[in-house]
Amino acid sequence: MPATAAVMAGSGRAEAALLLPETATRNMRFSTAAPPHLASRTSVARIMLQVLVALIPGVIAQLMQFGPGVLINTVIALITAEIAEAAMLALRGRPIAPFLLDYSAALTAVLLAVSLPPLAPWWLTAFGTLFAIVIAKQLYGGLGYNPFNPAMVGYAMLLISFPRYMTSWLPPLDLAASHPGFTEMLALIFQPETAIDGLTQATPLDTVKTQLGLGKGMDEIQSANLFGALAGKGWQWVNFWYLMGGLWMLHQGVIAWQIPAGFLGGLFLTAMVFFLIDPNFYPTPLFHLFSGATMLGAFFIATDPVTAATTPRGRLIYGVAIGILIYVIRSWGGYPDGVAFAVLLLNLAAPTIDHYNRPRVYGHPQ
Amino acid sequence: MFRLWSCNGGVHLDTHKEESSQAPLRTARLPRELVYPLQTRGGLNAEPVVAVGERVLKGQVIARGEGPMNPPLHAATSGVVRSIEARPLLHPSGLADLCIVIDADGQDEAVPFEGVADYDYAQLGPEELRARIHEAGIVGLGGAAFPASIKVNPGERRKVDTLILNGAECEPYISCDDSLLRNFPEQVLGGARILMRILQVERCLLGIESDMPQAIAALEQAMGQGDHGGIEIVPVPVIYPTGGEKQLIKVLTGREVPADGIPADVGVICQNVGTTAAIYKAIVFGEPLISRIVTVTGLVRQPQNLLVRIGTPIADLIEQCGGYAPTVQRLILGGPMMGFSLPSDDLPIVKSANCILALGPQEPIGQIMPCIRCGECASACPVGLLPQQLYWYARADNLERAVDYRLGDCIECGCCDYVCPSHIPLVQYFRAAKSTIAAKERERHKADHARIRFEARQARKEREKLERAESARRKKEALSKVMGTQPAKEKGQTSADPEQTA
Repeated sequence: MPATAAVMAGSGRAEAALLLPETATRNMRFSTAAPPHLASRTSVARIMLQVLVALIPGVIAQLMQFGPGVLINTVIALITAEIAEAAMLALRGRPIAPFLLDYSAALTAVLLAVSLPPLAPWWLTAFGTLFAIVIAKQLYGGLGYNPFNPAMVGYAMLLISFPRYMTSWLPPLDLAASHPGFTEMLALIFQPETAIDGLTQATPLDTVKTQLGLGKGMDEIQSANLFGALAGKGWQWVNFWYLMGGLWMLHQGVIAWQIPAGFLGGLFLTAMVFFLIDPNFYPTPLFHLFSGATMLGAFFIATDPVTAATTPRGRLIYGVAIGILIYVIRSWGGYPDGVAFAVLLLNLAAPTIDHYNRPRVYGHPQ
Repeated sequence: MFRLWSCNGGVHLDTHKEESSQAPLRTARLPRELVYPLQTRGGLNAEPVVAVGERVLKGQVIARGEGPMNPPLHAATSGVVRSIEARPLLHPSGLADLCIVIDADGQDEAVPFEGVADYDYAQLGPEELRARIHEAGIVGLGGAAFPASIKVNPGERRKVDTLILNGAECEPYISCDDSLLRNFPEQVLGGARILMRILQVERCLLGIESDMPQAIAALEQAMGQGDHGGIEIVPVPVIYPTGGEKQLIKVLTGREVPADGIPADVGVICQNVGTTAAIYKAIVFGEPLISRIVTVTGLVRQPQNLLVRIGTPIADLIEQCGGYAPTVQRLILGGPMMGFSLPSDDLPIVKSANCILALGPQEPIGQIMPCIRCGECASACPVGLLPQQLYWYARADNLERAVDYRLGDCIECGCCDYVCPSHIPLVQYFRAAKSTIAAKERERHKADHARIRFEARQARKEREKLERAESARRKKEALSKVMGTQPAKEKGQTSADPEQTA
């Protein structure tokens, strides 16, 4: 048959038809499952760990600038967070090990701890962490169900309730003659009745706010020893290393670019507008970018996936709105830094932002 | 340089193609028995046209379905019809239904094949060519098995200007199209010419993944050896699921198929390269669809591509590939992203079966975590959906919102499932939601139908009642006229009656 030969010839083997003998592999049973049959490479724990790793450069910078207080706070927060999470999971009848091992409670604890002043009393850290985990996270349903960023809820609660403790920062290493040593810090943290006024100093943002309120001009304020090239001495390094950590996370694909870009862009442009209007009354945009919790907020706090917007355009709007709000709170609000409040306000708005910014679906006009 | 459009979403997967594509294409040995399931797209079974005990030849029609949606079924080799009985179907459920079972006699005697000489099919018109394609039993070999003769019949209202050939095998492990293009490129190109004649188009784009260099080289060589003007070979990026019909059309032409439409609505017809080669063989050699290339890969000792007769049991193919490796636990028909699990290997190869994949145990994923709203699923979705929102609505049984978020457009490619860090089985949620929606639609349709019938019956009853009343009144009038000569007091009595009976 010429047709068959033409078909078979291309295969390279002109065989006469052979019959196959009975085989023993027939009727082998296999386990069935629904597709896809490929294992995903990522997991919640892996994402949380990557974020924790990205925090390390910034934490080390804080360590070097402000002493070992941040580490002590981190340990207190971690222990409190894990115990609180385990207790709440048990109370709610949920499996404990998988949720403890997803490191989300650990991440909340670390983010809160680095936001607190290094000499914060141990009960302040513990109470804030407890509030964050129990009320802001577990009572809403645990991982994935909380509408507000738990670390920021804890921070905001502490700031409003204990303003004096929360604004008593140490001077950065660049300025201070020396820092309390490790044991001294331990003592100060665990025996907070000790007077710390002689040790503490306001942050650059706080200083700028008060001095502007006293009627001084920016050039006079910034000529003080407190300020370095870009922003407050020491603080600019802390922000710089959080920025590096954030860029690494972008490179690894742990976070999407829209939120940090919107955040920093919104803050920068708003600051630029006002700086150009009156340079003597408004700090430079770079000052804002490298002061306070800006970089920490842009890359680690606003990007919390559970509470942020999720659509691409929605994320951009979310980030820009946070940036603008931070500027507003810093310049005209009652607090020196506005990251926590701005993030919490936008957490409220996130579902609405997502609803009105749905991406276009293939095959539909809009 | 051909300019490609981008299609958003998609994932990069390990391709796993070298295992099977490096081995040369072999022809599978004939099996002892062949099995032909009779199920068709319409739901009814095809009618066998042969009887038990009858001897059939290779290429002989053994079953026919109703209408152009159901092309005929042919025997792939000569033998005797042993039975027409229920056998397990190629489906994860393991359900059984009627199949024709043929005992091969080893002689491979064929019916006379009548093709037209090479490229002389210009004497045949599009209608005739379509009829031959239907009679050859050709359906889409890419997996969906849609009848080819219907696909290339867009009708008067749709103006088609481009033919796209889909050689972009985007699922991992599958390399049957790669093998076809390397070994029989002239069949694919010839089939393209035939299709261009049927559709009366001047432009054909052959999409092929850029990691198939040998196939591209073989095609280019075959292009030079004949008049294949109008056909262009276009490499596309190795991203899953670029080989999906709608995605490939977007990448090659920038056009989007409308949501409730077909590719012909934007002037494009898309055919798998395997289907195209089968069309060539049907027209030029007169050979119906009785064989195809199948990739057998994964945990088998010698993964490779085989030229297989349709109806061959899968177990035979595994045997020819050296049997299973010891750790095998799952058998998949198709690729790892969209293929379905088979309960056993004693099932037959059908026209749309493109790959048999043996896999080991599924990696344990442990606890499925809650959705952390990371948005990776939306980044990966090639259709631009928000799988996260669809998941929440499907779980909450809020199906109206799920439909509003375009659940119906989901192509079930599995990208969202694959990237989810919480390991949520998203595709399963969507399929369950879709089937619930479909069931509700059917219920509503039946309820509407019942309501219409009920209302019609009510109207009919009303009409009948009125007619009876009308005829009774007329009778009374007639009666009263007849009695018109009666005295006045009786008239008064009789004239009262119509009112009482009204």
